Amino acid sequence: MDEVNQWRLIKKGAEAWLYLANWHGRKVVIKKRLPKHYRTPKLDERIRTYRTVHEPQLMHEAKRAGVPTPIIYLVDVKEAMIVMEFIEGDQVKKLLDLISQEERDRLCYDIGELIGKLHKNGIIHGDLTTSNMIRTADGKIFFIDFGLGEKIDEVEAKGVDLHLMKRALQSTHFKFADECFNAVIRGYSSVLDRETVEEVLEKIKEIERRGRYVIERKEARSSF
Amino acid sequence: MDKGRAEKKYCLGIESTADDFGVGIASFEGEILANIIDAYVPPEGGIHPREAARHHADVAGKVVEKALKKAEIKLEDITLIAFSQGPGLGPCLRTGATVARALASYLHVPLVGVNHCVAHIEIGRLTTGARDPLTLYVSGGNTIVAAFDSGRYRVFGETLDIALGNCLDVFAREAGLRPKTGKPLGAIVEELAGKGKVFVSLPYTVKGMDLSFSGLLTAAINMLGKGVSLEDLCYSLQETAFSMVTEVTERALAHTEKREVLLTGGVAANKRLQEMVKFIAEEHDAKFCVVPSEFAIDNGAMIAWAGVLAFTHGITTPIEESFVKLRWRLEEVEVPWMK
Repeated sequence: MDEVNQWRLIKKGAEAWLYLANWHGRKVVIKKRLPKHYRTPKLDERIRTYRTVHEPQLMHEAKRAGVPTPIIYLVDVKEAMIVMEFIEGDQVKKLLDLISQEERDRLCYDIGELIGKLHKNGIIHGDLTTSNMIRTADGKIFFIDFGLGEKIDEVEAKGVDLHLMKRALQSTHFKFADECFNAVIRGYSSVLDRETVEEVLEKIKEIERRGRYVIERKEARSSF
Repeated sequence: MDKGRAEKKYCLGIESTADDFGVGIASFEGEILANIIDAYVPPEGGIHPREAARHHADVAGKVVEKALKKAEIKLEDITLIAFSQGPGLGPCLRTGATVARALASYLHVPLVGVNHCVAHIEIGRLTTGARDPLTLYVSGGNTIVAAFDSGRYRVFGETLDIALGNCLDVFAREAGLRPKTGKPLGAIVEELAGKGKVFVSLPYTVKGMDLSFSGLLTAAINMLGKGVSLEDLCYSLQETAFSMVTEVTERALAHTEKREVLLTGGVAANKRLQEMVKFIAEEHDAKFCVVPSEFAIDNGAMIAWAGVLAFTHGITTPIEESFVKLRWRLEEVEVPWMK
């Protein structure tokens, strides 16, 4: 690991620890997936390796699809570590509660447009929350944390992805969740063709009717 | 009959969302005086809602009587009737609601409809002393990660398809395992898993803070009788499924920054799951709380206690509004007792 120095822990996330560091004179973020001792070592290694390999690949593909993501400088699979560009800006999670309705509408529209670009290229983010989006001073929105993402061009996956966005808005920004999600959908619709959008929206409805929402699923339960 | 007791206020709670018919009695001060559960055990397979409802109707009178006897009070001492109004199986819910309406009318006391998921959290807070926890509620019908924020319990993560307990149950039945008295299928899987040594790879599906167990279940069933021992398969299934819920719980914990983690629901009795959730709670300096099993499974005491909380905060359910709500979501419910 040459020339990575001045490590400073900035966030103990649930899945990885993030450090701010210096790499060849650049300000970088180091994402390190530490072993999780609650899970069996074989499963732990499988999860950490898989995510460390796939996350940079997806970020690269996202960038090609026109969605800003940090530049990847280095991947160390053995250490389950990714060195990437530090993005200076505001987390959308914090921003959303501070801006005017008009600005919020615009921001959510832009987010929807970016999600649309991902989906158009068969990229599923896998964890669309406002914590995973950063707006820079020049108005660009960066998507981060592709650790749960996948490359898959299916309506089901797109539906779940957008459904997660909706759920994140409902749990964290419940005061204006509906208006925000509507704006996201408008932005999304501007990128994808009408047929796909309708399929995805129908899928979201279906997901909401499924399992956890359709409690009749309990029919299959027994001993608990 | 002791005189001091007669002046106290009591709530009788009826639980009938699925296979258990439960009656609990709670005082307005939060003492649980009775918690009687009569479970419907299907002759084979899963629950048939109509059969379960018939069972509930058959045992209702007897269970109410038993609860009153256990609490050492008379029916006339009851000042409030609570029932689980949803979510759950229609026929089962309707049976409980009918009993509740009849009792409230007969006694001329108020009726209050309680959300089953809220009740699980509230009995957890009452019995463990947790104040404002992040709750992992895992049962045969629900897999929910929730925490309080601005007037309601918000759902941060949940299953996208089947519940964790259902996944374990269906696998167990497919493997030819049968529940024994006092030993549900989940406990039998846990016992076998304890003897497993080799971990086999199974699908691990976490989507944001949501989960999916159906692919895992199918893969585990497909491996039955293919050279992997049942012990190893139970072990691998448990490890994979529990790692998934633990990961999601940890995400929600990091996100909400709550200081307590509450584990409840039927699957909460599993020692391996307790160990895993305790581990992440401690890593985030949060207190780990697990609900005692008689209050973690579906029970009437939790309905009685949630009824007391609602009633003492001005909530009642007039009979004409006491229809059951099969898909009543946790975050639809105002919880004014949490400020």
